[in-house]
Amino acid sequence: MSAVTYVIYAFLGINILFNLLGSFSLHRFPDVYTRLHGATKCTTFGTIFAVLAVVVHAAYQLHLTGDPKYLQMALHSLVALVALLLTNPTGAHAIAKAAHLSGYKPAKAVIDAYEEKLRGGEE
Amino acid sequence: MIAPEFFYAAVIVMIGAFLALLRVFFGPSVPDRVVGVDTLNTLIVAGMVLLGAAYDRTIYIDIAIVYALLSYVGTLTIAKYLQGGLR
Repeated sequence: MSAVTYVIYAFLGINILFNLLGSFSLHRFPDVYTRLHGATKCTTFGTIFAVLAVVVHAAYQLHLTGDPKYLQMALHSLVALVALLLTNPTGAHAIAKAAHLSGYKPAKAVIDAYEEKLRGGEE
Repeated sequence: MIAPEFFYAAVIVMIGAFLALLRVFFGPSVPDRVVGVDTLNTLIVAGMVLLGAAYDRTIYIDIAIVYALLSYVGTLTIAKYLQGGLR
């Protein structure tokens, strides 16, 4: 086993750890906003490392074999990563705003700044 | 199967996706279910990229790109519907 294999295993380990943490946080948090917080951040971070593992694997295979399909695999994985990084926080923001506007209040919240802003009008 | 470590990583990611699917089934409110679907989409994209590396097929990764963009459009549509139209 070369050093590249250990790097790939480390990236896959981080991917599995954070993706499973994101899935468990859906069941361990009390309301929509905390669940959104845990699930979105953890799964985005885990997926970054999944794509990085694939890129390292493809670059190593490209170095070993010289087959151009591995270059294609690395570049397309990076495009998928960019698409996910642009769309995932935007979708989470849209869900949180929609949940607040449709009447689901945060459980156990001490202060709700968005509610105060909506109630007080323009600052 | 070219690289078995990517295959087993994809299997474990799919176990996480199953946990997110439980939130979609048993979610007490509608935004809980939408959060579950959003998490499920992200995990499926991760699983597709890992399976593309495991089976040595780049076309799986291309499908993952299209799936990520279309699931984003779906999430935005459900969010706009939840907050009561275009406001």
